Amino acid sequence: MLGPEADETGEVIVEISVTVNGETRTGDVEPRTLLVYWLRDDLRLTGTNIGCDTSSCGACTVHVNGESVKSCTMLAVQADGEDILTIEGLAPSEDELHPMQEAFRQNHGLQCGYCTPGMVMAAVSLLEENPDPSEREVRLGLEGNLCRCTGYHNIVKSVLACAAGETAA
Amino acid sequence: MIPAAFDYVRADSAEEAIALLGEHGDEAKLLAGGHSLLPMMKLRLAVPSVLVDIGRVSDLSYINDGGDHIAVGALTRHRALETSELLAAECPLLGHVAGEVGDPQVRHRGTIGGSLAHSDPASDLPAAVLALGGTLVAQGPNGSREISAGDFFTGYFESALADDEMLTEIRVPKAPGSGWNYQKFNRRAQDWAIVGAAAVTVNGGTNVALVNMGSVPLRASAVEAALAGGASAADAAEQAAEGTDAPTDLNATPDYRNHLARVLTRRALEAAGVS
Repeated sequence: MLGPEADETGEVIVEISVTVNGETRTGDVEPRTLLVYWLRDDLRLTGTNIGCDTSSCGACTVHVNGESVKSCTMLAVQADGEDILTIEGLAPSEDELHPMQEAFRQNHGLQCGYCTPGMVMAAVSLLEENPDPSEREVRLGLEGNLCRCTGYHNIVKSVLACAAGETAA
Repeated sequence: MIPAAFDYVRADSAEEAIALLGEHGDEAKLLAGGHSLLPMMKLRLAVPSVLVDIGRVSDLSYINDGGDHIAVGALTRHRALETSELLAAECPLLGHVAGEVGDPQVRHRGTIGGSLAHSDPASDLPAAVLALGGTLVAQGPNGSREISAGDFFTGYFESALADDEMLTEIRVPKAPGSGWNYQKFNRRAQDWAIVGAAAVTVNGGTNVALVNMGSVPLRASAVEAALAGGASAADAAEQAAEGTDAPTDLNATPDYRNHLARVLTRRALEAAGVS
């Protein structure tokens, strides 16, 4: 059992240790700290965006143990001991994009780019579960992610291109 | 939006969680997947002073063959229900409805026990378990008790669980090869149902449950009685709004919801093979 410990100000602080993009990261967090704020404000991983903050838009999507999750609707303490992947950890190297990122680039799967990190993370999780989706399955699979620019058409095209392996750099 | 401050305690077993609930009383809330509770806490509609995190009680995540029923651990996530071959074969309504909840990200985290204990009348899974005539197992300091789904939902966001009880298992009858259907009407992807209707033939009868037609998920008793009396699906569905108390919100008036209940019930019955 893990119990709360109050610091000298009476504030409850919990120590967490999380694997983030392959590295062990530790932190002292208030229990009410949302995962997205810990990633952005404490770890400075600002690629994960905050859109609606109400688990509707999906801009804050990250992977928890390989599955897409909205990091605005998870406490940082819930991530203790878990394996988190953010958009910063997706590409294999500094010079190379992940095939899904490359597919978005080649198919113009973004305009303003705000939804893109969440969209890409959701799409990668979708293909993990369904490597060869139909267009309808892609649309349904991305129902948790909102884009106000593209009308979704090129996003769906990007995901289908990635699934078909048409994303050679 | 950030929730109000609270103390956080992690329980490693159901027994430990129940002891903590006993210690903290109605100030404490159980945290499972958090996809019903955390949004309410961010809006300060729920302000528990202690959260008991049961998300790591891994022995309550299972889908087992219980002989005449399927036993589902309360901490089983929607995604596991949605993809369960056992449910697809023996109780397809439950797996299908789990796949209608929210969106993939929500289904990766949300749990069936959390959804039922939250007792939102607009939620999908309560109506499915109600239509199936399921049984819910609650564990408290003095052991376990069984609560029928029909007795579980006691009011608007209120369940029959006592402050020191935890939902541990959900049992649904096996209904392989029986007719079933779920009609969820909403205007946008990932929304709650404006109205939903679940129909399933089980144990020789046809059950119908309605989503968002009152302060609790409801069985459409008048429809079920009409069908049992020999009425056609179309005629029975005309009774769908009987005994309901449809709410008003920005999506729909009660009259419109009553209309939806009749139409969706007819569609659900016909798709379930009830003519």
